Amino acid sequence: MSTALIENISGKGAKRYAQKRAAKGRPVNLRTQDHNPANRRPGWFTYAALSVVVAVSVFPLYYTMLLGSSTRLEIAQSAVPRWVPGPQLVQNLASILSHHQIDFWRSFANSVLVAVVVSASTVFFSTLAGFSFAKLEFRGRRPLYVFIIATMAIPMQLGTVPMFIMMDEFGWIDSLAALIVPSLVGAFGVFWMTQYLSEALPYELIEAARVDGASMFRTFWSVAVPAARPAAATLALFTFVGSWNSFFWPAVVLRSQMTMPLVVPQLRGAFTADHAMVMTGVLAVALPLLVVFAVAGKQLVSGVMAGAVKG
Amino acid sequence: MAAVAATPRRIGFSRRLSRWDVKVSPYLYISPFFISFAVFGVVPVVFNVVVAMHSWHRRLGQGEFVGLDNFRWVLEQPAFWTSLQNTFSIFVLSMVPQLVLALFIAAILDQNLRTKTFWRMSVLVPFAIMPAASALIFSQIFGQFGLVTPLLHDLGLFEDVNSPFFADRLLSHVAIATMVTFRWTGYNALILLAAMQSVPRELYEAATIDGSGRVRQFFSVTLPSIRATMIFVVLTMTIGGLQIFDEPRMYDGTGTGGPNDQWLTTVLYLFDLGFGEWPDRLGQAAAVAWLFALVIVVFTLVNFLLTRRIATSGPARSRVPASVTRRLVAEARAAVAAADAEKAAARASGGPPASDGRDRAPAGTGGTGR
Repeated sequence: MSTALIENISGKGAKRYAQKRAAKGRPVNLRTQDHNPANRRPGWFTYAALSVVVAVSVFPLYYTMLLGSSTRLEIAQSAVPRWVPGPQLVQNLASILSHHQIDFWRSFANSVLVAVVVSASTVFFSTLAGFSFAKLEFRGRRPLYVFIIATMAIPMQLGTVPMFIMMDEFGWIDSLAALIVPSLVGAFGVFWMTQYLSEALPYELIEAARVDGASMFRTFWSVAVPAARPAAATLALFTFVGSWNSFFWPAVVLRSQMTMPLVVPQLRGAFTADHAMVMTGVLAVALPLLVVFAVAGKQLVSGVMAGAVKG
Repeated sequence: MAAVAATPRRIGFSRRLSRWDVKVSPYLYISPFFISFAVFGVVPVVFNVVVAMHSWHRRLGQGEFVGLDNFRWVLEQPAFWTSLQNTFSIFVLSMVPQLVLALFIAAILDQNLRTKTFWRMSVLVPFAIMPAASALIFSQIFGQFGLVTPLLHDLGLFEDVNSPFFADRLLSHVAIATMVTFRWTGYNALILLAAMQSVPRELYEAATIDGSGRVRQFFSVTLPSIRATMIFVVLTMTIGGLQIFDEPRMYDGTGTGGPNDQWLTTVLYLFDLGFGEWPDRLGQAAAVAWLFALVIVVFTLVNFLLTRRIATSGPARSRVPASVTRRLVAEARAAVAAADAEKAAARASGGPPASDGRDRAPAGTGGTGR
């Protein structure tokens, strides 16, 4: 690449730079695709750095497994009692799962019930509203949609105390209804489905269904729902994870009933200074979501990345 | 259908039904959200004003009207102010490393990697661990029998047997900020990665022609181009980060923010006031909720303005219009293609044609076309 050409297109400074590079034996090469990050074949540094990141990401879990495969005594003697998880882990896990104070399976069932109902209903109502906002004509469509988005900015804590009093009035304290009913549909879901459907669902399909004499709901069910499937799956996944992890609200309204996150503080009470058992319990509590991640992690990744472009 | 068509009255009815269907359905479909929002959004927010102005207890219910006394009481509590300080301290300690690390990881992932999906998924592993569980894991790591304290002992940095990460206020914030950073860095990195991938690649080409290296390109091309996403990430971080509860609640066994309120955050304070074992003051908790909502709104706004300033004011924007840059790039490409073609022709007269010369020629023409 001649420095003259570089001067021609980028000016004197670029020419000086090109000459300097050429003098060092590394001339500027316009043909190389190296400047395009998407095409750059990364070197060892990239993979080394990524490996470090992955190691850090996985380490706490691995450490938990190490402690979970130890006994109380071993942990008191050394912070890292072993380097590879051992058979003791199975034994510890078994005694966690059957522990009378923890009631693991009941909490698990509660969590599954709440998360499944909440995500199913969120997906259904959000798709319905998204279909309406994205594809139907009605007065006030735009302002109502903006209003929904604006509600997302309201801090949730503002309503905690009155919500608790309301739940008390309804007789829902210590009942799963207090977790399910307020979360049946949310602003984010409506926003998400509207954004997706306005791009993914062509008007022609809706018109075709209408011409065939389908009712509005029939049109929704046979045209919009199939088109919405990918976004619906992502929304379901995120709602499920959010519901599964939520800790604040269940801690406020539940007493004897438990969900998975509420088991975590129980562990400390049940095994006062037995770090091995506490950590095994943490592992047991974290495991279900990790299984979900192993199955649907790819979708979670693309969901996070899609959210960025839309948000 | 034929039978229906035979009777005119039925047609009229079905038409009317259909028109009604078209008119009402849109409102019907969006109504679930508005009903839910009215009951569980508007009512609580309005009702919160009432609760905050009454003496109110979980066990006794509504008490007498006290006006603004609850607000005055809260503002006089040292614990309230401590909790605000702690919340901000933890927020800053987690946000800064989170943002820097997420940018770094995103920049690394924004390359032509082998096994892309594997790397992206493993970055997201911390996000798949329940926050309450991961808080307990980290409190073990920072605890007396954990990994960090014995290390500090061995290095002679610390004398006491107990973990400094519980006794010392700032160090407890560091520990809690670590949990937050651990959980959210990968998540934010993927968001930033998505933004980086939508940066027009011509910009990098132009930057290379102008002689900028990879680091300079990151600061002058990548960062300004992902401004909108950066603002989005910072705002969600702010709103989520200020409401931190799970981690400080699970940090020790009592869950009340430490014996001297070392890591008492505002939401944890609200929880203790209203729903803890003691003091059962719902009215005051409602007042805290109001005050804190105000703080969040103001802080989010300030953060928004700041981020926009920083993100916009970075390196000055090029005064050369984009169209000119594009033309220059196209010309350069064409020149390269022409040079290649010449070389290829020269080689062709002597030996076999160079294949890469042929490959590039169409790219050059495409570039000129724009």
